[in-house]
Amino acid sequence: MRGGSSEISKGIDWLILWLYIILCVIGITSIFAATYREGDDIVKTFLSFKTDYGKQSFFFCASLVAGVVVLLTDSKFFTATANLWYTFGIILLLLVFPFHSNVKGTESIIKFGDAFQLQPIQLCIVFTNLALAKYISRVETDFSRLRSQLIAASIVIAPAILAILQSETGLALVYFSFFLVMFREGLPAIVLVIGFSFAILVVATLLVDPNILAIILTGIAAFVVYIMRRQIKRHKSVLFWIIAIWAICVGIQRFAVPLIFDHVLQPYQVKRIYDTIGKDYIPKDAAAAADIEKNTATKKQDGDYNVKQSKIAIGSGGLYGKGLLKGTQTRYSFVPEQRTDFIFCTIGEGFGFVGSFIFIMIYVLLLFRIVTIAERQRSAFSRCYAYGVASVLFFHIAINLCMTMGLAPVIGIPLPFVSYGGLSLVTFSIMIFILLRLDKDRQMVLR
Amino acid sequence: MPVFNQSRQTVIKLIFAATFLIIVVRLVILQIFSDKYKLQAFDNAVYRKVIYPDRGIIFDRNGKAILNNTIIYDLTVTPYEVKKVDTFYLCSLLNIDTAEFKSRIVTSILKNGRYRPSVFEGLLSLELQAKLEENIWRFPGFTLVERPIRTYPYNAAAHLLGDIGEVDTAIIRRSNYFYQMGDYVGRSGMEQYYESVLMGQRGIQNLIKDNRNRIQGSWEKGKFDTSAIAGRNLRTYLDIELQQLAEKLMSNKVGSVVAIDPKTGGILAMVSGPVINPNDLTGTNRQKNYARLALDVSAPLMNRATRGLYEPGSTFKPIGGLVALDLGVITPSFGMSCAGAYYGCSKVIKCEHHNPGHAANLRLALANSCNSYFSQIYRMTLDNNKDRNTKKGYARWEDYMNSFGWGERLGVDLPNELPGSIPDTALYNKVYRNQWNSCTNVTLGIGQDKMQVTPVQLANSMCVIANKGYYYTPHFVEKIDNETAKDSLLNKFRVKHEALTHIPDEAYEAIHAGMQDVVESGTARSAKIPGISICAKTGTAEKYTVLDGKRIKLPNNSMFVCFAPRENPQIAIAVAVENAGFGSTWAAPIASILIEKYLTDSIRTERMKDVERISAANLMPSYLKRKQFIADSTRAYFYFNLRKDSSYIKKYLRGYKAGTGIPGNQPAKKQVIHPAQKEVAPNHTIAQSQKTNTGKKENNKNIPLYKKEDHPVVLNDKTRIKSLIK
Repeated sequence: MRGGSSEISKGIDWLILWLYIILCVIGITSIFAATYREGDDIVKTFLSFKTDYGKQSFFFCASLVAGVVVLLTDSKFFTATANLWYTFGIILLLLVFPFHSNVKGTESIIKFGDAFQLQPIQLCIVFTNLALAKYISRVETDFSRLRSQLIAASIVIAPAILAILQSETGLALVYFSFFLVMFREGLPAIVLVIGFSFAILVVATLLVDPNILAIILTGIAAFVVYIMRRQIKRHKSVLFWIIAIWAICVGIQRFAVPLIFDHVLQPYQVKRIYDTIGKDYIPKDAAAAADIEKNTATKKQDGDYNVKQSKIAIGSGGLYGKGLLKGTQTRYSFVPEQRTDFIFCTIGEGFGFVGSFIFIMIYVLLLFRIVTIAERQRSAFSRCYAYGVASVLFFHIAINLCMTMGLAPVIGIPLPFVSYGGLSLVTFSIMIFILLRLDKDRQMVLR
Repeated sequence: MPVFNQSRQTVIKLIFAATFLIIVVRLVILQIFSDKYKLQAFDNAVYRKVIYPDRGIIFDRNGKAILNNTIIYDLTVTPYEVKKVDTFYLCSLLNIDTAEFKSRIVTSILKNGRYRPSVFEGLLSLELQAKLEENIWRFPGFTLVERPIRTYPYNAAAHLLGDIGEVDTAIIRRSNYFYQMGDYVGRSGMEQYYESVLMGQRGIQNLIKDNRNRIQGSWEKGKFDTSAIAGRNLRTYLDIELQQLAEKLMSNKVGSVVAIDPKTGGILAMVSGPVINPNDLTGTNRQKNYARLALDVSAPLMNRATRGLYEPGSTFKPIGGLVALDLGVITPSFGMSCAGAYYGCSKVIKCEHHNPGHAANLRLALANSCNSYFSQIYRMTLDNNKDRNTKKGYARWEDYMNSFGWGERLGVDLPNELPGSIPDTALYNKVYRNQWNSCTNVTLGIGQDKMQVTPVQLANSMCVIANKGYYYTPHFVEKIDNETAKDSLLNKFRVKHEALTHIPDEAYEAIHAGMQDVVESGTARSAKIPGISICAKTGTAEKYTVLDGKRIKLPNNSMFVCFAPRENPQIAIAVAVENAGFGSTWAAPIASILIEKYLTDSIRTERMKDVERISAANLMPSYLKRKQFIADSTRAYFYFNLRKDSSYIKKYLRGYKAGTGIPGNQPAKKQVIHPAQKEVAPNHTIAQSQKTNTGKKENNKNIPLYKKEDHPVVLNDKTRIKSLIK
């Protein structure tokens, strides 16, 4: 056993492990601050499985156990079984359709009894990460080829589509963060630029009157033509490209966005997006109104209320915060979902700007450390996997923080290691521990 | 292969850094640069509960509390908590049906929301409160909430004490938002005048509430709480037993009695008839009685002591004499011959007396109430001055009246006092186009013409005579408990007003003697009390009213002023009884009984008969019935026109219980019907109009009926959307 334990600790990146533990402890403390009721016996409630912080501590212990198991596993095991896991994940996702249970506003959860519930789409993040790393790192894959890129993209997008079908749009978006991995491995930068431009165009479409936006786009196009008149003289095709881009942009803002909003997204989701940019959404018909009604009724309060209360909570923290268990917003349940998606409010209100800043910096340190680790790997598999971890974490953290501060629409994305939720904690822990395991063997070339 | 993409890690790191920079900037904006979130969080979580202090108590001169605080209960409901309520039992207790129950719940949701309590049934009777308290566990969501009210152990002094009521928006605005919605404030009488003293100081308790407004405990352990300071008590000059006696005597009479202690200006008793019982207007009784009293044409809610305007008539004569003496136009020995009328002006003024020598000097003239004499000295007062200018003389006379407190507000410590009326020269200039002289308004000299005073002004003038020249502004409150220099309310009552300064004591003695003669041998013999020297003057004022388009003469107003004892005046009284005939018949005995009660602290047994006789007498003017009928049916017709449905008429007619068609406490009006109404419901009395309702509808199909659908209940958004879906 003694030999085994030294085996485990050898070559581990202690910084990541400590950051991970610190974040988990902060998470449990925050959940405690948000849900502890005056007069409860703290020790008792922590040990019992009844309170949320008790449960979270239990899951933290479970994660550590799982972590030890992962660290004891041979690193080749992950490369060997990556595709198997991925297949398993997809099957689980497909099983959700017939077996999902009715939990507030989502169809992505399978329940086993009352105590345990499984959301395969969360687990599948790890599997997809492994599969993507496996595919990119294959000897026969030439990632500079379009075909490989499309295959990699479809590995990522397949679970995302299934997630959307299970009305879990938020988690579906997480899968798009894997494009960062692909970018690192050679996906043309133009793809990211186009994606980013598209996002800006969509937001602009919502904010600006369609006709004015069309005029602005035309103006920009004319300006670009004027600037590039020399090049246009030399190559007529440049003009063609400019006009084509202009046409696509106008097409998107005129037809694609309304089409997506009316037919692809659910009305309540549209409303949340409108809420974020601060505009009123008028349901186009009774069915849409009913949908909003249904979803706001099941989620108790609408997103607008959540964000407002969350902003009040964070804003009222001030520079130094009100102290643990002293935040009135979070103590008296003004912020709904505050132990899960809006957990950052507790930190923001209790510890103020100083605490929040330190908290965010822990995340930043973790992310940069993971990127550093990724770059020191000899095997492409480990590198891709590490980048996958970094991207997924980054996406979760950024969107969650923006969401609580009213910068992004309310999509149910947890804050990694901190938000209440056994499955999400275990998933992220396993992800980190696999990374640590792979990093231990960074001198090996895994295929 | 990985080599040429190595540089892309920088791009990824940059993306990370940029995103987190945005987040941190946002955090800085939220937490450091905007204060509004802190305020919003405070508003969200801290409920500033106002602790209401007990209002101050008002005591009479003997230290008896004439009003008290008690607690009555409101039944409130928090709609969110209403689950599994024994609705049927609750409805049977409150005597309502389930439809009413539901509509009340809906109303409270619309009014205060689901999570805040609102009043379900206000002001519960003791019996109902006891029943509800026993069974409150059956009704989750319902609670009994304390509400302080006033009670009046002596059932007296309603007009003086006034009442308290919820503030309205006008009061809140005037108080510069010191008061808040739902606060109680003095709305009339001393409650209003001494509001700042009686109300005390409100306390604030900071409580923590959760997202559903449920109280979770105190905020910051009560560090910022302030405790309530009870209102201060008032010590008044009022003699509650005297007040009770006066109210008893004035029952079923229209008029007023004011008794003042001349030495201090303290009001001993003040009655306004018809008398009301203050307990009728507090707590549960208020709803029952207020509308009836407010719509009564005899205006029982009006305080006639400060707002009733009366012609003083002969009671003015001593004052007329004093003014002439003060100006030096006459001496007490001034006399004139009167042969039963005054012929000095083209208008002949009749006098009650014919015998020669009845106006041989001031004392005799006063004792005999000679009209000629006082008309003459009035004219002399106006004309005999240095400038020989009547108008200047009149202006000076008017100044004298004002110095008596007539023609302007005295400043009694009750709100809404009327100034009475002493016409200005400008008025006469306007009416008579500058062509007037002392003859034009000569009847002012005998207290008629355009002269009008309030009973309290009349009593105050008696104080001036009794005090030989000075008075203190009549007031109730002697002192405020724990009075400090900041309490300026009472300062003006401690200022001595010198009304007359040039009259020697002998001249006063002449007036006093004349007034004493009135009691000893004159018109007020019925006021005589053995052993007490009373100085008095009776008065009679003619009264007219317009009824059904005709001007009709009413029985005279009975006026009486007096003070006693002559040597050391302790009480000055003014009595006005409307439509009671000569001043000596009703007003004099009332004043006399009060003097006896006040000075000897008891009433002789033979006098008790008088007390019973007077208090049993119903002197309510007969024309009031007709006026009441006109007012009621006009109102009923107005609402009938508004609703076009005769079934609503009885609702607006006083004295009929809604829905039953049974006349209430005024059976005399059972047969009355307005002509306009006859067209709609022929051959039916109002009492039966409910039965005729259906028949009437058939007759008037073209008249649009009031429908409930025309006034739909305002739905909130959720309900509206739900109805859209259907």
